[in-house]
Amino acid sequence: MSTATTTIEQLARQDYKYGFVTDVAAESIPRGLSEDVVRIISAKKQEPEWLLEWRLKAYRAWLEMAEPTWHNVHYGPIDYQDIIYYSAPKKKTLASLDEVDPEVLATFEKLGIPLNEQKALSGVAVDAVFDSVSVATTFKHALSDLGIIFGSFSDAVQQHPDLVRRYLGSVVPYTDNFFAALNSAVFSDGSFCFIPKGVRCPMELSTYFRINAASTGQFERTLIVAEEGATVSYLEGCTAPMRDEHQLHAAVVELVALDNATVKYSTVQNWYPGDKDGKGGIYNFVTKRGKCLGVNSKITWTQVETGSAITWKYPSCVLIGDNSVGEFYSVAVTNNRQQADTGTKMIHVGRNTRSTIVSKGISAGFGQNTYRGAVKIGAGARHARNYSQCDSLLIGDRCGAHTFPYLEVKNTSSTVEHEASTSKIGEDQIFYCRQRGISPEDAVNMIVSGFCKEVFRELPMEFAVEARKLLGISLEGSVG
Amino acid sequence: MLDITNLHARVASTEREILRGIDLTVKAGEVHAIMGPNGSGKSTLTGVLAGRGEYEVTEGSVRYDGKDLLELEPEERAREGIFLAFQYPVEIPGINNSYFLKTALNEVRRHRGEPELDAMEFMTLVRDRMAVLHIDQDMLNRPVNEGFSGGEKKRNEIFQMAVLEPRLALLDETDSGLDIDALQVVAHGVNALRAPDRAIVIVTHYQRLLNYIVPDHVHVLSNGRVVRSGGKALALELEERGYAWTDVDGDRVASTTVGAR
Repeated sequence: MSTATTTIEQLARQDYKYGFVTDVAAESIPRGLSEDVVRIISAKKQEPEWLLEWRLKAYRAWLEMAEPTWHNVHYGPIDYQDIIYYSAPKKKTLASLDEVDPEVLATFEKLGIPLNEQKALSGVAVDAVFDSVSVATTFKHALSDLGIIFGSFSDAVQQHPDLVRRYLGSVVPYTDNFFAALNSAVFSDGSFCFIPKGVRCPMELSTYFRINAASTGQFERTLIVAEEGATVSYLEGCTAPMRDEHQLHAAVVELVALDNATVKYSTVQNWYPGDKDGKGGIYNFVTKRGKCLGVNSKITWTQVETGSAITWKYPSCVLIGDNSVGEFYSVAVTNNRQQADTGTKMIHVGRNTRSTIVSKGISAGFGQNTYRGAVKIGAGARHARNYSQCDSLLIGDRCGAHTFPYLEVKNTSSTVEHEASTSKIGEDQIFYCRQRGISPEDAVNMIVSGFCKEVFRELPMEFAVEARKLLGISLEGSVG
Repeated sequence: MLDITNLHARVASTEREILRGIDLTVKAGEVHAIMGPNGSGKSTLTGVLAGRGEYEVTEGSVRYDGKDLLELEPEERAREGIFLAFQYPVEIPGINNSYFLKTALNEVRRHRGEPELDAMEFMTLVRDRMAVLHIDQDMLNRPVNEGFSGGEKKRNEIFQMAVLEPRLALLDETDSGLDIDALQVVAHGVNALRAPDRAIVIVTHYQRLLNYIVPDHVHVLSNGRVVRSGGKALALELEERGYAWTDVDGDRVASTTVGAR
């Protein structure tokens, strides 16, 4: 399985001409956002009328909203008129790896990413080694034989408009928040995944598989639906450092699980975090939510966040179906000048619902890590159970960890547990390890892995191995 | 095995000189005791030998097995067989004792070109050492030193030493904070490690430990220099007469070596 997956990863990232609608002219539209821009985006993607209407409603709602300021992260004002909201999905091509930032290359080496992949990730033209079309197509056929739909959001709008229309915005309405409204108005592309009744998706789906794997959009929109009895595990992101000239990334991910269905959504995020002084770097403001609509349904979010200058996201679960389960396992790292305000919301509505939150925050350098969690038990949520564990690890003495847990309980038959701990890695501990023959890098890795093991255990196998390595790299030079 | 020549060292951040010209030679198979009043530089000496970053060597040299020790990183020194039993062992949450020790042991073994041990082999190897140092399985499963009493921490240090089998063991005030029973357990553990190819340097304030671990040589440190050296009888003299007896002003170093060097 893993060899096949690696091959697929290599191939899916190569530029290829198959299956791409080429009516897109190469011009880019001027900067700025207006109703016209929204119409242009929709027209270029040849979207049906109902979707254009939806975008426009979202845009008009956005105009009425104010950017939120309650967060515990600090950034300069974003000029929403200074962004290009549509550009042709063509990667910028460099001639060779020599043109790539050496620091980025060094990370590729450490992560053990093969040369061709390095080129693909950096936008360097790749020599065609394989017949990229046939192998990628084989997997697509295997999935479609089972009735599984997996591809780009834009393709889904064309090929399965009813499905998209039924579920789009049902978990994150465009009125939800400022960035969700913006995303709904101008979203570029993303993934669409539909698992029909009773089907267990036989492989982990990842963005690598997306046939139309264009450069990651600034406003990604993803929708995953698992019908009755279906299961799927989806991997988003990659461990390689993703650099993009866009500073703001405001994605929306919606998950829907019907009766007895299970959706697992795993993210490894390593966006460019900015330099040691905090200049540059990506703002990752994401709205992710899963709706456990069905009885006995289950949604699990697992994430390892090491990149971005600012991470602001709360993958959440709304537990509507009786006996439904929501889980959130997270490791968030802030080093140098990174900031994170992340956590989750578990909203218990149905009966006998259960939620588990395990959040591990690691701060190093001048990093500021905030956990913000909300557990809401509704009046009708009889016998709801929640367990939350929120641990912080501080490396060095200039970083910070903050915790804002909110518990709102309206049903007396529920059980809510919250545990929190804070610990520190200091030079003394590193020296102790060194004096026993362990190198400082291994020492930090060991301590951090020990700290994160409850979360790593929940990651899909491939990610777990990469995540460990990635953690080591993000924390390099953090001690001493 | 260990040749310290005219070693001068200071605290890096304040530039305060602590070691002012230490000369010391330790041969394999020997047990040396280093005594002296507070501030004389005893712990600094072991810290410098282990490679603690807070100290800077300003003059002199240290040769270990013919190699320049000061050129090596702390973990390299450890893999070459130098072990420091810390005066204040730190806690490391999240990593249990057995995993930590197995990792350390495998680093040493890999350096020596020996095969690494898996968890089962490791447990077999440590079993008898656990008995000697009264370490039970529960302690092994707990995070390194977490929640350990002072005595347990010191026993854990000697237990690690027994497993890692160093060539040069530096015991930094291993007896501080120990009751009689713990002292005997620790001493018994150290004595079990005496060997012709191993050297042990014990830093201590009190003569008491030296009743159990009898040294071949005793040195007195004062103001960053070795001011007296002798055999085990010297320790008893110090106990009776106090450190002032050896007190010397800065320049006049009365270094009477009795029966050793």
